[in-house]
Amino acid sequence: MLEIEDLHVKIGDREVLHDINLTIREGETHVLMGPNGSGKTTLLRAIMGFSGLDVTKGTIRFKGKDITNLPIHERAKMGIGMLFQRPPTISGLKLGKLLAVTSGDRTAMVSEYARFLHMDAFMDRAINLGFSGGEIKRSEVLQLMVQQPDFVMLDEPESGVDLENITLIGNAIARLLEKDVHIVNRKKSGLVITHTGYILDYLDADFGHVMCDGAFRCHGNPREILKVIKTSGYKECLACQKIQ
Amino acid sequence: MPEDPVKMSELSPEDRERLTLTGLEVEMKNREGSFFQVDQEIRQWTSLNEGIEILPIHEALRKYEWLSGYSWNLVKKDKDQYTKYVADQPEPRGFVIIARKGSKTIYPLQACLFLARSPVQHVHNIIIAEEGAELHIISGCASASYTKTGSHIGVSEFYVGRGARITSTMIHNWGEEISVFPRSAARVEEDGVFISNYVCMQPVRKVQMAPFVDLAGRNAIARFSSIVVCTQGSYMDLGSVARLAAEGSGAELVTRAITTGGTIISRGMIEGAARHTKGHIECRGLILRDGVIHAIPEIKGDVVDTELSHEAAVGKIARDEIEYLMSRGLDEDVATATIIRGFLDVRIAGLPDALQAQIDAAIDSAEKSGF
Repeated sequence: MLEIEDLHVKIGDREVLHDINLTIREGETHVLMGPNGSGKTTLLRAIMGFSGLDVTKGTIRFKGKDITNLPIHERAKMGIGMLFQRPPTISGLKLGKLLAVTSGDRTAMVSEYARFLHMDAFMDRAINLGFSGGEIKRSEVLQLMVQQPDFVMLDEPESGVDLENITLIGNAIARLLEKDVHIVNRKKSGLVITHTGYILDYLDADFGHVMCDGAFRCHGNPREILKVIKTSGYKECLACQKIQ
Repeated sequence: MPEDPVKMSELSPEDRERLTLTGLEVEMKNREGSFFQVDQEIRQWTSLNEGIEILPIHEALRKYEWLSGYSWNLVKKDKDQYTKYVADQPEPRGFVIIARKGSKTIYPLQACLFLARSPVQHVHNIIIAEEGAELHIISGCASASYTKTGSHIGVSEFYVGRGARITSTMIHNWGEEISVFPRSAARVEEDGVFISNYVCMQPVRKVQMAPFVDLAGRNAIARFSSIVVCTQGSYMDLGSVARLAAEGSGAELVTRAITTGGTIISRGMIEGAARHTKGHIECRGLILRDGVIHAIPEIKGDVVDTELSHEAAVGKIARDEIEYLMSRGLDEDVATATIIRGFLDVRIAGLPDALQAQIDAAIDSAEKSGF
């Protein structure tokens, strides 16, 4: 599904991602962990193709096609979707109107998804204007459910969300990633950034990666990695020589 | 087109389309009354609501002696050269609408002011909503497709009685060499509401206006909204002035302005002259192509217990907003147009659906032509 090879990314004069190699196959969910400022969000933004990032070396391939230089909307149309940690507020643009534009032939599903996420009362509201933390994340998940991407990137889906909303969002993301489909037949893939690991209660992630200072430091079982981080912090990852 | 159209329905298809863009229903569908003036000739007037009378001003002044007390009362004859010009005309033209006590309109009355062959069109309008009455007016002002130059000078005096409500929505569709000078003022009595909307999405040489509202009665409310796109060569000096003269009164002045090369001066002034009053000015401007947006919000408090505020922002569309929509699959042009459309989408509290739909249609039309 996604193959990243020897990716180097600069912001201004500073290289912020170094030598990133990552393969995510169809049906797999990967988890990305790391301290604040380690480059996790930058990696997601580079995969999505946002401006302000300069890919100086390496390639990003999606469904076998080199997308390193494709504009954002073409990547989205190919099947990449992203849940933003802090999406912008777009005053005047109603959530319902955006969903009508992005739903394509899935218009009939918009109401069902909105009800599922308790967002039916928000369709006439401007996107993210005055939304609470939980409402922002529910809006993000709703947009992704309507978009139906094949590869979903989730940037801290549980941050700023209360326990009740985590259950709702977790179940919706599980649905988005076809966690109810047997692994042999599952087509959807995901890459999830998490600090707390709460979201993993709903996702059954397959692989975990730890990023520090713009490079991967560790790969392995996500729950085991999370256990180490929770008990020893990221210093254990920094000291680990396994990847070097 | 007939040389001398008597009714709106007899205009050429092209001019009917131009009027439709100003929100006028040529076939009178969903309208409770109509007034049609071409240059200085009043061609048609009718009201379908028993409680509401619509008349040409010269007839109304003859019919009702008391009306002279309402004429040139809120707008002074010597205010400026344009009011003097209208006041000096031997035969006043324009309309008078009187909504009798307790009368209500569900659908709006429409007034069509059409500039065809005259170099100058002048109108003087008086609108009165008596106690408890509710009146919605849409004024569509346009020039004929073949009219390249000219001026329109319109004086309007609004009287909102106790507990009454007037909404006035003015949509302009002039030409690139036509100058427009509306001169309006309103007085709102106790618990009255005055809502004034101005929409101009099409090229015009110059528009200059600063309607004034005197909130004279307790808890009187006024809301002014301006939604404009200013193309290259256009000059728009727009403002509104509200005086919170009675306890509990409030005013809100909202502007959404886009320049694609023209100059917009966006003024707003609220004076808090009584206790327990509130006023807010909001001006947001987008510069899509090099042009000028000059926001001049002013607030003046004269007493304790008046709360006045203003906010103004002028800039470009945020890149992160465009890219956010692109990540949902919209290409850059569609994402940009979607954001602009949203920027102009001001929901006006208290405006009937039919009028909001007309404002939306005017914006839709501008969106289709790429702003």
